[in-house]
Amino acid sequence: MRIGVPKETYPGEKRVATVPDVVTKLVKLGFEVVVEGGAGELADLSDAAYVEAGASIAPSAAALWSGSDIVFKVRAPSTDEVALMREGQTLIGFLWPAQNPDLMQQLAAKKVTALSIDALPRTLSRAQKMDALTSMAGVSGYRAVVEAANAFGRFFNGQITAAGKVPPAKVFIAGAGVAGLAAIGAAASLGAIVRANDTRAEVADQVVSLGGEFVKVDYEEEGSGGGGYAKVMSEGFQAAQREMYAQQAQECDIIITTALIPGKPAPKLITAAMVQSMKPGSVIVDMAAEQGGNCELTEPGKAVVKHGVTIVGYTDLASRMARQSSTLYGTNLFRLTEELCKTKDGVINVNMEDDAIRGLTVIKDGEVTWPAPPLVVPPKPAAKPAAAVAEKKGGHGHGSSGPMPVKTLVTVFGVGALAFWAIGAYAPAAFLGHFTVFVLACFIGYMVVWNVTPALHTPLMSVTNAISSIIVIGALVQILPPEAGTNGRPDGLIQWLAFAGIVLTAVNMFGGFAVTRRMLDMFRK
Amino acid sequence: MSQSLISPSLATVAYIGAAILFILSLGGLSNPETSRRGNLYGVIGMALAVLATIVGPRVAAAGVPWIIAALVIGGGVGLYAAKTVKMTQMPELVALMHSLVGLAACLVGFASYVDTSVQFTGAEKAIHEVEIYIGILIGAVTFSGSLIAFGKLNGKIGGKPLLLPARHWLNLVGLLVVIWFGREFVNAHDVQSGMMPLIVMTVIALLFGIHMVMAIGGADMPVVVSMLNSYSGWAAAATGFMLGNDLLIVTGALVGSSGAILSYIMCNAMNRNFISVIAGGFGGGAPAAPKADGAAAEPQGEAVPVSATETAELLREAKSVIIVPGYGMAVAQAQHTVNEITKTLRDRGVKVRFGIHPVAGRMPGHMNVLLAEAKVPYDIVLEMDEINDDFPDTDVAMVIGANDIVNPAAQDDPTSPIAGMPVLEVWKARTSIVMKRSMASGYAGVDNPLFYKENNRMLFGDAKKMLDEVLVALKA
Repeated sequence: MRIGVPKETYPGEKRVATVPDVVTKLVKLGFEVVVEGGAGELADLSDAAYVEAGASIAPSAAALWSGSDIVFKVRAPSTDEVALMREGQTLIGFLWPAQNPDLMQQLAAKKVTALSIDALPRTLSRAQKMDALTSMAGVSGYRAVVEAANAFGRFFNGQITAAGKVPPAKVFIAGAGVAGLAAIGAAASLGAIVRANDTRAEVADQVVSLGGEFVKVDYEEEGSGGGGYAKVMSEGFQAAQREMYAQQAQECDIIITTALIPGKPAPKLITAAMVQSMKPGSVIVDMAAEQGGNCELTEPGKAVVKHGVTIVGYTDLASRMARQSSTLYGTNLFRLTEELCKTKDGVINVNMEDDAIRGLTVIKDGEVTWPAPPLVVPPKPAAKPAAAVAEKKGGHGHGSSGPMPVKTLVTVFGVGALAFWAIGAYAPAAFLGHFTVFVLACFIGYMVVWNVTPALHTPLMSVTNAISSIIVIGALVQILPPEAGTNGRPDGLIQWLAFAGIVLTAVNMFGGFAVTRRMLDMFRK
Repeated sequence: MSQSLISPSLATVAYIGAAILFILSLGGLSNPETSRRGNLYGVIGMALAVLATIVGPRVAAAGVPWIIAALVIGGGVGLYAAKTVKMTQMPELVALMHSLVGLAACLVGFASYVDTSVQFTGAEKAIHEVEIYIGILIGAVTFSGSLIAFGKLNGKIGGKPLLLPARHWLNLVGLLVVIWFGREFVNAHDVQSGMMPLIVMTVIALLFGIHMVMAIGGADMPVVVSMLNSYSGWAAAATGFMLGNDLLIVTGALVGSSGAILSYIMCNAMNRNFISVIAGGFGGGAPAAPKADGAAAEPQGEAVPVSATETAELLREAKSVIIVPGYGMAVAQAQHTVNEITKTLRDRGVKVRFGIHPVAGRMPGHMNVLLAEAKVPYDIVLEMDEINDDFPDTDVAMVIGANDIVNPAAQDDPTSPIAGMPVLEVWKARTSIVMKRSMASGYAGVDNPLFYKENNRMLFGDAKKMLDEVLVALKA
C-alpha cells in the first residue's frame, strides 16, 4: 500500500508526519512512501533526503492525496484537504475528535477510516511506543525551558566569577506530567533550582529523580483522575494550592505551567495579583495557552510583557522544534504502522479486536466509532488467583491446562470411581486404612506445593528429597525387630540389607537438609 | 526380647507429629522469609520420626549400635557432600540423592520379601506382595533413572537424546513382561521360587529407568529431575504400604505429589504434555529436545556482533535493564560477575531486574539459586509472567547463555518445534544483547530468529570472560 505524507497546511505548522529515517523502515515493512514536495522543508528535511531514503516526491497536494492509500498527517486535515480524500483511504494524525465534531462528520461522509493518534489508550503499556502525545509533550516541555531562558535576562546556574556572584535562577513548574517532567529535566540540567508541584502525589519521586524538588500543597487529597491525568480538586485544596502558588510566585524567577484537565478549560493557577508580585524580569511560560492558559494574563500564541513579567503563551512549542518533534512523531507513527501491519507485507489491517487500535480508530469505513468503549483493565492482583484456580483444575487432570473440558472431567471422574470401586471390592480392611491416608496425603501435598514460589523450586526439590529419606524408617524396623530369629527369618541377610539402606538414606537425609539450608541462607533481600 | 522405651501408641503419635512437621515444612517454602523455618521443621520432623522408631517397639536394643553406625557413616558422607558441592552442581547432587532413595527402597523391598517372620494369608498376602513388587519397581526405576540423569547433568553422558528404534514398543514389551512376572511372583509359594521373577523385574525396571532418561535431551532436564523427585516419593509411599507404616505413606505421598506438580509446572512452561513426560520418553512427535547438544544450526541472515566495551556503553546509557540468565551462565559460573555488574549499574541509578524463565537451567528454580548464591537481592529477580510486559519499556535486555527461552519463533512460527512455548520477549526491548559462545556451536534443532533481529546484538565469547570485560569497561 502507498503511504502519503502531505505538507502541513495549518499556518505556522513546521512539523511533518515522517522523516527520512522512518521512510527507510516503512519501506522495509513493505510500504511505498510518497512525500509532497517541500513537506519537510520547515523541519530542515530536504526532498533529496526523502528520495535517498526510498520515498518518491509528489508534485502537488492533490496528486498526493489522490494517489495514497494511507495518509500520515500531523494536524487534523482542513476542509480543503478532506475534499481531496476518497473512499477507503486511511487517515492517521492528531484529529481531536471531541473538539472537531464537524471534521468527524466530513470524514465519515467521505467513507474513510480515520485513526486519531491522540485517542490512543495511554494506559496500555504496549501502546507507549505509539504515544505521540507523550513525545510531543516531551519536546514542548524542553522547548518551554528554552523559551523561558530566551526571555530571561540571567544565567540559570549560579556562578561565582571575578565579576561577582550570580545567584542561580529559581524555576517553578506547575504540573509534572510528561511536559512538566521534561521541563524539570531541561531546567535542572541548565543549572537552575527547580521546584515542581502536581496534584498527583505519586509523581513526587519522578520529580526528584529528574533533579527537581517536589513542593507539596499543605492539604490531604488524592488527585489522580485515572488514565494518568489529574482531576478537578476540592475547594479546600484549591485554596491551599493558591496559597502555595502565591508563595512560589514571590520566590521564583521563572514559572512554567503545564496543568491540563482532559475535556475542561485549563485551571487558572496564576492570578493577575500573583504576576504582579513577581520580580521584574521574571518569565512565565504557559504551556496550557491553547486551552485558555493557566495564567489569567496569558494571550494564546503570543509573548507579552505585563507588570514587568514576560508571559509566553506560544501554542506551537513542539512545532518550534520541528525536526526533533517530526522525528519522534514519525517514529510513533511507524510503531503504529507496525501494529497495523503485523504481517510485514505492506498491507494494513485495522484490527478492531486489538485494544490499542480500537481506541485509536475514530472512524472505520465511514462509520464513527468514537469514543471507544472504556478499556477493561483487569485489576492485577485479581488476575493471578484466577489463573491459579484454572491451573489447579488442569493440574489434577494431568495434562490439560486451563479449566478442563466437561468431557475430560467426566472421564477422569469415571475412571477414578471405577478404580475406587475395584479397590473397595477386593482390598482388605487393613489396606483401606492405609489407602485413605495415602489419598488424603496426596491432596495435602498437592495443595501445599501450589503455594511455593517458583524462585524456591530448587530448595523445594532438595527438601522434599531430604524428606523422602523417611524411607529410613523401613530399614530401621527391619534391622532387628522383636520377631528376629523366629520362623526361619534370615536375620543376617536382612540386617545387612537394612544397614545398607540406612547408610544410603542417611546420606540423603543429612546431605539434603544441609544443602537446603545452605541454599536458603543465600536468599536475601 | 527387650523392653522398648515407648509404647506403640506413643510411637504412632510421634509419627503423626512428624507428618505434620513435614507438611509445615513444605508450606514454609512458599516464600523466602519462612523457608528457613520450613527446612528446620523438616529436620525436626525427621529427627522425631527416627528417634521414635529407634526407641519404639519395632527395634530391639541390640540393633541400636548398628543403626548409629549406619547413620554416622551416611550422615558424614551426606554432610561432606552438602558442604563441598558447588551451587552450579546442585542439579547433579539432587539427581544423585534421588538415586539413593530409589536404591534404599529396593533394598528395603528385598529385605521385606525375604523376611519370613510375618505371615500373611489370602488377599492380605497378595496385596503385601504386590506392594513389595511395586515398591521395588519404582525404586529401581528411580535408582537407574537418577543415575543416568546425574551422568547427563554432569556431562559424563552426552546430553543428546538417545532414541532407540521402536522405543515405545520396547517400553510396552517391558511393561507386559513386568506384569506377567508380577503374576508369577504373587502366585509363587515360597521365597525361593518368588525370587526369580522379582530379580527379572528389577533388571527390567533398571533398564527401563536408563532407557527413559537416555531418551530425554539436556534441556528437558528440569522436568526429569522433578519427575524423579516425584518417583522417589512414590517409592517411599509404596514402602509404607509394604510395611503398613502410615508415616511413610503420608510422607511419600507428599513428596510424590509435590514432585508431580513441579513436573507439571515445568511441562506447562515448555508447552509439553504432562502424561507423555510421566510415562517417560516424551512422545513420538517431540522435537529433538531444544538446547540439546549436537549438530550446529546453520546461521542465516545477519547477526550484528558487538564488543564488551560497546556492551558496557549500552548498559551505562540505559535507564532500565533486564538480564535473562540461562544455563550458559551456570556453565561459565558467571553469576558473581553478573552480580558485580548489577551492583555497579544499580549504584549508577540504572534499574536492573532479572527475568527468569521457569525452565531456565537444568532444574526448577536453578537460576534463582545461582543468583541467590551470588547475593543478587531476590526482589529484583522476577518470573517470566511478572516481567514479560515490561520489555517494551526496557532499554537493554541482556541474555546470558540462554537460547530457546528467548526464541521469538515460539510465538511467530507455528511450524517451529517449540511453537506455543511461552518465552521471554526480549526482542521487544529497545536493544537486546545475546551472549553466546558462537553462532554455530552448541544448540541443535531450532534456529533462533532473535539473533537476526534489527535491534539485537551478539556478544560472542565465554560468558564469564566477556562479562568480566564488560565489568571492567563499566567501571572505567
